Amino acid sequence: MEFRSHTLENGLEIVAECNAGAHSQGVGFFVRTGARDETDELAGVSHFLEHMVFKGTPHRSADDVNREFDELGAHYNAFTSEENTVYYAAVLPEYQKPTIDLLADIMRPSLREEDFAMEKKVIVEEIQMYADQPPFGMDDKIKELHYGKHPLARSVLGTVESVEALTADQMRTYFESRYSPGNLFVAAAGKVDFDALVEQVAHRCGDWPTQTTSRDVPPSASQPGFHCLHRESATQQYFLQLVDAPASESADRYVAKLLATMFGDDSGSRLYWELVDPGLAESASLGHYEYLGVGMYFSWMSCEPSDAHANYEKIVQLQQQAQTDGFTIEELRQAQSKVRARVVLGSERPRNRLFNVGGNWMQRKEYRSVADDLQAVEQVTLDDIHRVLAAYPLTIGTTVTIGPLEQWG
Amino acid sequence: MPSVSQVELRTARTHQLANGMVLVGEPTDAVESAAFSLLVPSGYSTDPAERLGLSSLLCDMVLRGAGSRDSRTLINDLEILGVERGESVGASQTSFSAATVASNLYDALDIYADIVRRPLLPEEQLDAGKLVCLQELHGADDEPSQKLMIALRRRSYPSPWGRSSMGTEAGINASTSDEVNDHLLQGYRPNGAILGVAGNFDWQQLVGRVESLFADWQTTEVVAIEESAPESGEAHTHYDSNQCHVGIAFPSVPYRDPDYLRAWAAVGVLSGGMSSRLFTEVREKRGLCYTVSASLQTQRERARVLCYAGTTAERAQETLDVTFAEIVKLGEGVLDNELNRLKARIKSGLIMQQESTSARSGSIARDWYHLERVRSLEEVGKLVDELTGEAINEYLQAHPPSGFTFATLGPAALELPKIAN
Repeated sequence: MEFRSHTLENGLEIVAECNAGAHSQGVGFFVRTGARDETDELAGVSHFLEHMVFKGTPHRSADDVNREFDELGAHYNAFTSEENTVYYAAVLPEYQKPTIDLLADIMRPSLREEDFAMEKKVIVEEIQMYADQPPFGMDDKIKELHYGKHPLARSVLGTVESVEALTADQMRTYFESRYSPGNLFVAAAGKVDFDALVEQVAHRCGDWPTQTTSRDVPPSASQPGFHCLHRESATQQYFLQLVDAPASESADRYVAKLLATMFGDDSGSRLYWELVDPGLAESASLGHYEYLGVGMYFSWMSCEPSDAHANYEKIVQLQQQAQTDGFTIEELRQAQSKVRARVVLGSERPRNRLFNVGGNWMQRKEYRSVADDLQAVEQVTLDDIHRVLAAYPLTIGTTVTIGPLEQWG
Repeated sequence: MPSVSQVELRTARTHQLANGMVLVGEPTDAVESAAFSLLVPSGYSTDPAERLGLSSLLCDMVLRGAGSRDSRTLINDLEILGVERGESVGASQTSFSAATVASNLYDALDIYADIVRRPLLPEEQLDAGKLVCLQELHGADDEPSQKLMIALRRRSYPSPWGRSSMGTEAGINASTSDEVNDHLLQGYRPNGAILGVAGNFDWQQLVGRVESLFADWQTTEVVAIEESAPESGEAHTHYDSNQCHVGIAFPSVPYRDPDYLRAWAAVGVLSGGMSSRLFTEVREKRGLCYTVSASLQTQRERARVLCYAGTTAERAQETLDVTFAEIVKLGEGVLDNELNRLKARIKSGLIMQQESTSARSGSIARDWYHLERVRSLEEVGKLVDELTGEAINEYLQAHPPSGFTFATLGPAALELPKIAN
């Protein structure tokens, strides 16, 4: 494993973890843009743009793009989050050049009116699909309730209304302001020919004009509370909870991950033994998510409506108990073993390493090897856990419940 | 086109125990992990008609303590070994999968031998086990696409092959501790059990360990399964949702059939990659939906192609009509360039499969179940190379998609194509 990096004259960075022993490679364009960079008027534009990127360029039609990816045998896709948009492909090493040619070309999309109108329908279908599924839009709602006007509260999908009102011109303006070479980078992992990669990216992207971009990273001011929404047609009662936690730039993020594993992993955690093992809840979990300037513990629980109050009470008690009594060294050791194995298993696939290498570069402009991650997990102590518990109490957060219950209480 | 040379020559080894249990292993020192899939012949097809869901209940119960470990110790010890685990109940088998760092392989196997051979099945936890199963059943009611596919399978397969592994509320509630114990004796047996292992291990050492763990496992007589016509019922399920969900099924050939690869490739042209026909016609050209797909799902003796599309109610009729027209049109054959794209995808997928011991252990165990031997990646690569458009079209001409079953779920019923049977 060797880490390599290079910066083109226009500011575009190329980073890679080269592993000569791999059979494949993962490669992608990581763009520092997402829902948090939108305005009310542009709600959903980052995600819509991600779809439009596959709709063709001055050199390729939408059909060409899909066909060429398939001809390369590529396993490819894209996703948009609150702060990133990522386009990636897993391919065999001999297809590095044509893959870069194709990915780089689609990063300069035509955004044609007729494609825009057609794809808008697909986006509306995607929004409707999620609206029918648990948690029925509450994943967006809870961010609004918790973060208020903070940029991180913005919905990735937007609403049917905001997407329908978007114009292709608005998208073009947004694209030009966000997809500049200084605001995106190329990451790769696996069997990568790095010198060739630099040449290939330089050839395709070296003339992209530089443009200054910025992002607001205001401090977050959360507004804890409890909200109950009625959905008559649902069978189960769903709970979501947001609690402040260490952000992506914090060294405590490993502590938070282990804490989340002990408290709320989907197996063997306190939530598991209290609610899932006895069959009181269909699922109950807590995970740690990190963003620039903001971190969160996100909890989820689903159960029979008749058990909702008792289950919620149990969660509150577990949280209070964790705050008062902390965790045991046995729990920490078990969580460390589990996370260590996950790191090792996850590292065997180049496409997994791609997201790790790209994610670290995106959030901190740093490279971390598998060994670095393992060491960071090993070094966490019970004192660290208790310090972070005190700084970010599990007991203070925003809760939303939705389901057949008409009201809470 | 990727070349087969990139497939490392990994030979799968097999070893059959005197009691019938089969061990298949694919060792490699290119990874630091090891993974296994343990299949036992307890599938939803073996659930008594009045106890639908019994195999799933049993699958939950066997993890509630086994051998010398109680429920909590069992799960905790697996976690200390770093085991990433999963369990699922299929038509004919319950599958236990586990992956961890290679040095913990044998300790993990020891625990799984206890799980399938010496589960405690604590009576005082039976109610908890039932609640877990009921939670899953109720949760599925809130997932419209999952609900639709359950209805489609039920209407398409002869019974009991189209059941849902989740069973029914009545079946789960009625199950007694004695019945759970009996079901264990009937389905968790060496004759019919398969253990697939992939990763960094020594084959001879593995054989020794597996012999010592499973050689004295007693066989049980196999109970034959009686087949009957699919459950008919209404094609449409009313559901209060924005989207309408459309399912279309038709019979195909199972994995062990000599025609399988041709049938599978034809479905790949229909739905595999973003240049496939359904994605292009339904989503890209018409913007009718976000999700549209078709896949060949195989059991040992029978298979179905299951197609799915989800779309807002007012566009559902058009979605059904366009999707169905593409399925019928597949009978006219595939083009060489479509096949070439598919081959490229299949072959890169095969090469990438080497990078996951979990994927490989499941794959070799299933191979044995269907074929009673294991195809190496190299052999599959060659078979794919040999596939021609002409061969696929011969197959399609002799077996055009037909015998359709439909299911829809949403706020309003749709008009089904006239051909519907």
